[in-house]
Amino acid sequence: MHIAEGFLPPLHAAAWTAISLPFVVAGARRVNRLMREQPQTKLLLAASGAFAFVLSALKLPSVTGSCSHATGTGLGAILFGPSVMALLGTIVLVFQALLLAHGGLTTLGANVFSMAIAGPWVAYAVFHGAQSLRAPLAVSVFLAAMLGDWATYLTTAGQLAIAFPDPASGIGGALLKFIAVYMPTQLPLAVIEGLLTVVVVNLLNQYSRDELDELAFASEAAK
Amino acid sequence: MKRTNLILLGIALLLAILPLILPVTRGLQEPFAGADGQGMQAVTAIAPDYKPWFSPVWEPPSGEIEGLLFALQAALGSGLLGYYLGLRRGQTQRRKADQDQDRLNAGD
Repeated sequence: MHIAEGFLPPLHAAAWTAISLPFVVAGARRVNRLMREQPQTKLLLAASGAFAFVLSALKLPSVTGSCSHATGTGLGAILFGPSVMALLGTIVLVFQALLLAHGGLTTLGANVFSMAIAGPWVAYAVFHGAQSLRAPLAVSVFLAAMLGDWATYLTTAGQLAIAFPDPASGIGGALLKFIAVYMPTQLPLAVIEGLLTVVVVNLLNQYSRDELDELAFASEAAK
Repeated sequence: MKRTNLILLGIALLLAILPLILPVTRGLQEPFAGADGQGMQAVTAIAPDYKPWFSPVWEPPSGEIEGLLFALQAALGSGLLGYYLGLRRGQTQRRKADQDQDRLNAGD
């Protein structure tokens, strides 16, 4: 999902930066308030960011014979709400843009929007949708993380299609082309992300029930 | 719960290893190329005249240094996550041991 440095026309780069900025600012304020009002969840927040840090560093082989990486942003989104991930995901993307030449500063806004905003919001919505349908906790977590991962890559495909419409078939045709590049690779990788997120939530349920209660996370499941 | 987690981790591992065993790269010019790079190639295919207008401010000078920094990223993430889970596991066990002790004392 990393759009490489300089690979979005200046106007698009500026527009995505302008769209993402308020989300990141809101995320920073939310993190600030968490630190002040619920300081005992500080370490769990750091651990959620760490999960995104490690998962987005691992490029995994896929059945398509290509490689890609998970995002790890679903976990923090369902625990703390999607807005904190806008900040944590941005930290991950800045690290990769500056030290790994992976992604870029001009495309940071677009990459933040796909990985740190769209993915987390979809994960959050799926989680609460599944929970309200009384799906088991593990199923809700799995679906949230998996669909959040796919949403991130679909968003990237959409961003590229808008910037580079196909000369013959327009934005729609370009969208299909970019989806064909990203999505088959991502299908099994998002399943891996879903499974790993369930494992972490299982461990949290076992060892960090106090903090989960503090966050009012899946409290019915604990009863 | 421990068994469930081990099974889930096993499936995740299997999904990551299977592509390396199955003949999925047959006929591919570049086996296991990055999807991010392929995305940028697709851009160039659709808009051959497009020139990236900005280049990275700094690039790892070699594949080894790039590997170092990716490993550092993974190590920082897994180190912090492992520290957190280990800490909470220890605290939970300690609390349980204290409760058991209290119960023993109350029984005296």
